[in-house]
Amino acid sequence: MNIGILGTLGLYSLSTAAYIAFFFMQKKAMYRYGVWLLSAGLVVHTLSIGTQTFTTGHFPVNTLRDTLSFAAWAVAGVFLLFHYRYRIKVMGIFAAPLSTAIMAVVATMPATAMAAKPILKSLWLVSHVTFIFIGEAGLALACGLGVLYLTQEKAIKSKKPGFFFRRLPSLDQLDTAGYGCILGGFIMMTLGLILGVVYAKTIWGRFWSWDPKEVWSGISWLLYAAMIHMRLSVGWRGQRSAIMAIVGFATVLFTFLGVNLFLSGHHGEFTRW
Amino acid sequence: MINKQEILLIGLNHKTAPVEIRECIGFAGDESNQALHDLHALEAVHEVLLVSTCNRVEVLATTPAKDEAARQIVTFLSEMNNIPVADFEDKLYQHVGDDAVRHMFRVAASLDSMVVGEPQILGQIKEAYRTAATKRTSGVILNRLLHKTFLVAKRIRTETGIGDHAVSISYAAIELARKIFGDLEGRKVLLIGAGEMAELAVEHLIRNRADEILVANRTFERGVELARRFNGRAIRFEEIADGLEVVDIVISSTGAKDYVIRRDLARGAMRRRRNRPLFFIDIAVPRDIDPGINRLNNIYVYDIDDLKGVIEENIEDRQRAALKGERLVDEAVIRFRQWYQSLDVVPTIVGLRRKFEQVIRTEVARTCPGGMTQGVAEDALDKMVNALVNKILHDPTTILKREEGHGNKAQLLAATRKLFKLDENDSF
Repeated sequence: MNIGILGTLGLYSLSTAAYIAFFFMQKKAMYRYGVWLLSAGLVVHTLSIGTQTFTTGHFPVNTLRDTLSFAAWAVAGVFLLFHYRYRIKVMGIFAAPLSTAIMAVVATMPATAMAAKPILKSLWLVSHVTFIFIGEAGLALACGLGVLYLTQEKAIKSKKPGFFFRRLPSLDQLDTAGYGCILGGFIMMTLGLILGVVYAKTIWGRFWSWDPKEVWSGISWLLYAAMIHMRLSVGWRGQRSAIMAIVGFATVLFTFLGVNLFLSGHHGEFTRW
Repeated sequence: MINKQEILLIGLNHKTAPVEIRECIGFAGDESNQALHDLHALEAVHEVLLVSTCNRVEVLATTPAKDEAARQIVTFLSEMNNIPVADFEDKLYQHVGDDAVRHMFRVAASLDSMVVGEPQILGQIKEAYRTAATKRTSGVILNRLLHKTFLVAKRIRTETGIGDHAVSISYAAIELARKIFGDLEGRKVLLIGAGEMAELAVEHLIRNRADEILVANRTFERGVELARRFNGRAIRFEEIADGLEVVDIVISSTGAKDYVIRRDLARGAMRRRRNRPLFFIDIAVPRDIDPGINRLNNIYVYDIDDLKGVIEENIEDRQRAALKGERLVDEAVIRFRQWYQSLDVVPTIVGLRRKFEQVIRTEVARTCPGGMTQGVAEDALDKMVNALVNKILHDPTTILKREEGHGNKAQLLAATRKLFKLDENDSF
């Protein structure tokens, strides 16, 4: 068991506890602890991934365990950036537990040593993976914001404002922040896909090979592209946008995990465990 | 304990006296300045503060003779307002000592208000205190009492959240608008019809920096008149459909028997405004806004009953917060009592002696780390310490014990305690 992973998991868990305490007690200090603990966790996490890269000589994304760990890193990092941009305090109760849960799964998986493949040393591939994951983390936040939006909207529409009504920010804030996350996530994902496609050309000699992962990535990309288009052209906002953010992220999640588990393809070997 | 000042509070409020009496007893503006001056001139009254609002009149005083002071104050109220004592005597309440302190804390924290948790009363007490302080009718005891009062009130407000949520219809509507639009700055408002509650809501919105106010009225002239009041623009009743395209919040309060805005109208407007959210506040009975509109995407409709439902919940919350507030008040009363009791000659002298003795012993121990056994005997040291303390404190003790006229003693004691920092944990 890796000390870096355990340390990260510990700090993320404490941060989660702080955010949950903030949500119920509404004490600002709790929220600040949450931010600090998550930041500390992110630092430990970064060092841990860095050390692994240094000792094995390649960027650790070749097993499911490592990929998940990197996903948790992206969620925590993107959330902290998000927090400086949008200041939606309650989002912590979505992002921190998500990172924690992923790390908990990581901690239970055995670390299998894989022979370092030359393919993993390529800067192209590392950037491809990094952009995709940062983009997906943004889309994960958008999904969380969508859930919060629907909760708050239900409280208002049902004329029974109560527990959630008081704790959640305004619909406008949630909608704007959600759109910001989708836009940012979409741009990162696009860059990541372009890098992947170009990279595929250099090693396999073709841009696109109808691999299931590629197909599903394409579907997710089209979904988000449509979402953004509809918002700009006919004003798909609010509830519809929130639902789309959740559906979109479900697709992304399937592309990330489902494809590897249920379908086969040339991405499979990166997520073997 | 001769001449010890006692805290006395005499007053009446919305619970004890009907509005006719409160109108007669109340003081406003210059009148209250004069009243304060006259109260201070009363023989039995030493320090005094006068709080007068439309819901209450409170006279807070310190006095060496509470019964005499109470009689003088009641007589004064009667003469000043030209109303026989018998007419209002039974409406008065009178609190002494801890009870007076507790009453003051409760009033300032808005636990005693008609609308529990309303924020104005604290400002009114602060104003009353400012007047008393500038006119020098408050002294050592009331200064401290009021200072603590403000702290308690603030603490209750932040810790219990007693004033956090709206308990009036128009405020509840604003709170909802905030949860839909976030910032209300730059939002446009359409007022359909007129009415006190609707106009109040518009005023709140303007205070929240809403942008443009459109007014639609069946009689255009009335609309123009209202629009001028809100610095807005009047539109004709037939133009409402166009109005829906640009505004964000609609407040409706007409006498119409049928719906003024139907579902189809709203749906069409929504398409043209590209789904930007729209909030209808329907204050009219019978209703102006088709309740089915609430089911459309990004539109929210609240009628008067919905708003009432919201504030009922908030009122219950305030009652829970008030219970917690009472506990904080009790704590503060106990702490104030401790200070107040220490404001006496004996505890002050004891405190002084203890402090000096401690200083001397510490310094002796520092000079001779091995103790005094090699040379001077232990009891000789004790004698010296005692003698030093007695000599140093001889004059202060004599002065503190001397009979002082008209309550200057309290001031002297407070100054002594402050100079020598005798109140250890002097903050809450």
